[in-house]
Amino acid sequence: MYKIIAKEILNIDVELMTVEAPMVAKNAQPGNFLIVRVTADGERIPLTIVEHDETNVTIIYQKLGYSTTMLSRLNIGDSLHDVVGPLGQPTHIRDVNRVIGIAGGVGSAPLFPQLKEYARRGAHVDLVIGGRTKEHLILVEKYKEFCDNIYYATDDGSFGTKGFVTQVAEKLYQDKKYDLSIVIGPLIMMKNTYLLNKRYGITTDVSLNPIMIDGTGMCGNCRVTISGETRFACVDGPDFPAEGIDFDELLAKQGYYREEEKHICNLRLENKR
Amino acid sequence: MRADRTQMPVQEPEIRNCNFDEVALGFDLALAKIEASRCLDCKNPRCVPACPVSIDIPAFIKEIKNEEVDKAFFTIAKSNILPAICGRVCPQEKQCEGACILRIKGESVSIGALERFVGDEALKHSLSISEEITENNIKVAVVGSGPAGISCAVALRRKGYQVDVFEALHEFGGVLKYGIPDFRLPKDIVDKEIANAMNLGIKFHKNVIVGKSLTIDQLRDELGYASIFLGNGAGLPKSLEIPGENLTGIYFANEFLTRVNLMKANHFPDTPTPVRIGDSVAVVGGGNVAMDAARTAKRLGAKNVFILYRRDMESLPARLEEIHHAIEEGIDFRLLLNPVEFIGENYRVKQVKCEIMELGEPDESGRRSPQGTNTFKVFDIDSCVVSIGQSPNPIIKKATPTLATDRRGRVVVSNHQTSIPGVFAGGDVVSGAATVILAMGAGKEAAIEMDRYMKDNIR
Repeated sequence: MYKIIAKEILNIDVELMTVEAPMVAKNAQPGNFLIVRVTADGERIPLTIVEHDETNVTIIYQKLGYSTTMLSRLNIGDSLHDVVGPLGQPTHIRDVNRVIGIAGGVGSAPLFPQLKEYARRGAHVDLVIGGRTKEHLILVEKYKEFCDNIYYATDDGSFGTKGFVTQVAEKLYQDKKYDLSIVIGPLIMMKNTYLLNKRYGITTDVSLNPIMIDGTGMCGNCRVTISGETRFACVDGPDFPAEGIDFDELLAKQGYYREEEKHICNLRLENKR
Repeated sequence: MRADRTQMPVQEPEIRNCNFDEVALGFDLALAKIEASRCLDCKNPRCVPACPVSIDIPAFIKEIKNEEVDKAFFTIAKSNILPAICGRVCPQEKQCEGACILRIKGESVSIGALERFVGDEALKHSLSISEEITENNIKVAVVGSGPAGISCAVALRRKGYQVDVFEALHEFGGVLKYGIPDFRLPKDIVDKEIANAMNLGIKFHKNVIVGKSLTIDQLRDELGYASIFLGNGAGLPKSLEIPGENLTGIYFANEFLTRVNLMKANHFPDTPTPVRIGDSVAVVGGGNVAMDAARTAKRLGAKNVFILYRRDMESLPARLEEIHHAIEEGIDFRLLLNPVEFIGENYRVKQVKCEIMELGEPDESGRRSPQGTNTFKVFDIDSCVVSIGQSPNPIIKKATPTLATDRRGRVVVSNHQTSIPGVFAGGDVVSGAATVILAMGAGKEAAIEMDRYMKDNIR
């Protein structure tokens, strides 16, 4: 069960895996995510279902900490200990014509099924994609299959504009009109892009990826405050309109276990390499 | 005959509040026989009807007295396949032991401790129930592998059905795994007793979320299940709905306990899921879950752990034994206090502000209802665990609009049948958060109704 049937190294930090998981694939829709565990005592790691067919699901992960590093040590033919899903609400597809997707880093992965769905339904889709270096711009070839225009930003200027996606987007907004912007990436990037979009009167949807355990609404770890109301990212999201989201609260929550994460990486990753 | 009951040996409080090993150590045969000899073997036993699964209590106690522990196990297993679990977690004082005739003049027979003894002996000697099952080749699906699901699955299997149990998490047992801590219910006992259910030929499937991975319609129409039982529990945490509840450092009991019980965060960094609580921990609530959370926090090394409860000591809904154990372990009970606000700094919780309460007239539950006094107390905290109850998880309802629920999200049933023909439900998903044994009772009763439904509707 949960056998890895394909693995691709997208760059030094990010990899793609296709895994046999018919129970997840059966009802999966764009915007859904799944949870994997690598080993018997492993953490539950939530990841977007980037693509799927009838029996297999494709995930993309960044080797950020201990558990994702352990995941990356598996290869084709190995099996994951657990895969469960599909979780979360499917993307709420709005009735719009001109959509701009804005991806930061590995946010390109969760954005992909959503933008593809808009394109499939006939919307004009542009993409702004940003990353640390040229290598960190992932899935570009796949996006080219349905995006009208793709604009690039890298931190080091190795490809496209040197700087942030917000700079590229703001320039575009001078002479192009969009009905909707879907922004997925690091929290701070989503926050800043949302604020930019707001200035230009563009509706923004984001996808949140807070810490969660069960992914079914049981633990409440993933709660997010939206316009004063509490929502659970796992069952009410992970996609939400950006309006009213308390991004600063989410930033604080995201860092809650930073020391523990550093500790376990230092302790357990060195000698297992 | 002795008027007082035989006490079970326990770990000393100062030792046990630093470890996750079981608090109560159980009877040996000698102690069990002494306690068993206190049973009067009543002609019309009051304990049996007080047991939600109607175990033949006098019979198994007599078998212990005769040193026929194997027989005692098979006697219990006829009604309850999880004696080592129920012997530990049932609120016996409200059920069998509460009804025991000896209680009128002294202390009831320690039925729970005896049940546990039998369950443990059976596990120790790998007694498994091998029963002749006459297959009827009819497929039924059970949603949830907690107490309700297991008990329903066993009852259906014994009637010859082909039973598939679907569990959303990566381990079987539901609340027995994620909710109840090791020091009350070691997880290997849960696994071993569930293995007994597997031995009957029940198939368990992990990582299947009904309502997501498979819908009710798919179970019935595509996969051919003749009837479906929903025993998916009450997994949705209730919130205090007060300002500051989303600050970091504030956990719902579900998260806190799941991190420790299911994900084994107490072994971090040997296991990768962490938990962080700091030195001062407030636990809001007075039920079993609150006691579990407080005692877990203590074991994780918190220096000050205190319960905040809006009524008085007598009104605590937790099992008596758990309250006693909590007190012995140094949990502080701060009563007649109702949290009204969490105060934080940079989104980290720092303080909890509570209104001082007093008890007024009895409410509809018969308990005196707490009234605010408009005076307040503030406590410094590093974290807080909110343990004020759970309601049913809405995932199945959302995916199945025709499934009727009440305004608290509980599945509405009549004779255990839901609003959808052939779909039955029982346990916390129907009652709201209750006890393991009530869920088991409901699962067993639902199985009878499902059997009747299928006999009427198939062929």
